[in-house]
Amino acid sequence: MAILRLAWKSLLNRRLTAGLTLFTIALSVTLLVGVERVRVEARESFAHTISGTDLIVGARSGGVQLLLYAVFRIGNATNNISWKSYQDIAALRSVAWSIPISLGDSHRGYRVMGTTQDYFNHYHYARDRGLTFTRGEAFSDLYDAVLGAEVAESLGYQMDDAMVIAHGANDVSFARHKDKPFRVAGILQRTGTPVDRTVHVSLEAIEAIHIDWQAGAPMPGLSISAEQARHRDLTPRAITAALIGLKSKIATFKVQRAVNDYAEEPLTAILPGVALSELWGIIGIAENALLIVSAFVVVAGLSGMLTALLTSLNERRREMAILRSVGARPGHIFALIMGEAFALTLAGILLGLGLLYSLLLIARPIIEARYGIYIELGGLTPHELLLLGIVLLAGFVVGMLPSYRAYRLSLADGLSIRI
Amino acid sequence: MQTATESESVVTISNLQFRWQSQSPVVLDLNALTIGKGERVFIEGPSGSGKSTLLSLFAGVSVPQQGEVRVLGQPLDRLSSVQRDHFRAQHIGYIFQMFNLIPYLSMLDNVMLPCRFSRARHAKALKRSQSLETEAKRLLEHLDMAQEDLMHRSVTALSVGQQQRVAAARALMGAPELLIADEPTSSLDADRREAFVRLLFHECKQAGSTLIFVSHDASLEGLFDRTIRLAGLNTVCTAAARED
Repeated sequence: MAILRLAWKSLLNRRLTAGLTLFTIALSVTLLVGVERVRVEARESFAHTISGTDLIVGARSGGVQLLLYAVFRIGNATNNISWKSYQDIAALRSVAWSIPISLGDSHRGYRVMGTTQDYFNHYHYARDRGLTFTRGEAFSDLYDAVLGAEVAESLGYQMDDAMVIAHGANDVSFARHKDKPFRVAGILQRTGTPVDRTVHVSLEAIEAIHIDWQAGAPMPGLSISAEQARHRDLTPRAITAALIGLKSKIATFKVQRAVNDYAEEPLTAILPGVALSELWGIIGIAENALLIVSAFVVVAGLSGMLTALLTSLNERRREMAILRSVGARPGHIFALIMGEAFALTLAGILLGLGLLYSLLLIARPIIEARYGIYIELGGLTPHELLLLGIVLLAGFVVGMLPSYRAYRLSLADGLSIRI
Repeated sequence: MQTATESESVVTISNLQFRWQSQSPVVLDLNALTIGKGERVFIEGPSGSGKSTLLSLFAGVSVPQQGEVRVLGQPLDRLSSVQRDHFRAQHIGYIFQMFNLIPYLSMLDNVMLPCRFSRARHAKALKRSQSLETEAKRLLEHLDMAQEDLMHRSVTALSVGQQQRVAAARALMGAPELLIADEPTSSLDADRREAFVRLLFHECKQAGSTLIFVSHDASLEGLFDRTIRLAGLNTVCTAAARED
């Protein structure tokens, strides 16, 4: 106990170098735990992009690809599902609800998705959070659009503003559906999912704006006005994908097989959870690289401590001889340096956590607003505690070297003072 | 000249030979040396006569390859190095030539340091005073170092003479049986040396400690009970002298 007090006072005496060492360790700990936390939250938020949906159905393709375009609005479907196939699947006995979605158009960089009212009732994210409106409500008129939070915010749309949808994923002036402008009917609350970056319209609207188009271009000589389109048959001919909710989870594999074996059209049904973790397996490599980099920063921080302790030893040989003269054993000298290494590491960890939490407190609202990642402020997770335990252990191991050297020196010097 | 009998001797050396490493030459060769309880002994010798070596043997930092060093009746070579460290903590006060103090401890903490490593000295100090602090203050007061303004000053800001007095207080803390002073006055002015030695005598008497005082400055030896001339005693030196 006495020796730990000595270690502490000796550190205080060298507060500049000790402080700098401490700060280095603290920064590395902040980075390590910060990266770990963002990593976990990002994964969590990713895994919770979609919930409550039991199956996603699309044209035959890979599961990840289907997930990418149906949920993340990334890439395009290679094929569509015919309306009839969709209706067959939606009519299966185990199916509780289904949401057809139709993709392909865009608005100033944001995807436009055709869907039904059911989308706003059944789409869930996080654990069981549904979609809610900040303003307005779901589309009621044919040319109504519901905007995701980010779309409304970054493009500055207000209720009842008019907007023109472009054909295809790239917004180019010659391929816009100028003749059929939409009205902003509702704006959704922020979800931190791709929903924020989506413009929602009805399936019929998608049909209506393409009624005089063919092969990606307006049909020459044929022009059907917005009003005229209302009176046409707007039953969709095809959709891109469908989200399916089942009455009971037990039926999941049965329905999946039914979809995969559907005779009239090659289809694929995926379990969103499985596809999400498959996808995370691909992008998770980057996340691991980040953690490894921050682990190396911790190594650098501890090396700084090693250097500081080792360089201090020579100027402290007198101090060790004095301690030996009052009865300190070489083991005490070892413990003294060890205590300093331990105190530096422990204080570094605590300061690092303090820094991290204050940073999180400041950055949390910004991260949530920007990236839709909600970072929990709560206590340390077991995995974070494990990481910190490893850092503390590493500090211990690093401290062994100067401690052992001090031990050897004090054995060799005895009571003679050498400098 | 008084010769202490075995029972009341504090240090006894017999047939001692010491070398730093097993292959290196013998640096200290003493037939017999006895220091009695309560004695104030002046060990004089030029540099290289083996003073530091002798002190490290007294303090139990080194052990001889041949012969025996008994301190307070205890043959030190029969103790393990850890036990010798304990033994030193408990029974020996040590004053260095200079820079005796741990720079990051206060004056009081420096003085109380031996009690942190020895329960016996802790207990002895508490027998004299209510607390360790009051005992440390009492000793410092005796050594004329108890002024309030000095107490709160960093020990590195003290003059050399003041530092040596604090070191003396530390060595006397918990009344160890043996006080070893390794040229404690060599960094002091000539007129302050005698005063320091007299203070040390007074305190050793009070604490009942035996004093071994090493110096190459012969001007102080008249104050002591006895002088040991190491150059004459150490046969390594006498042999070397004959060869010259």
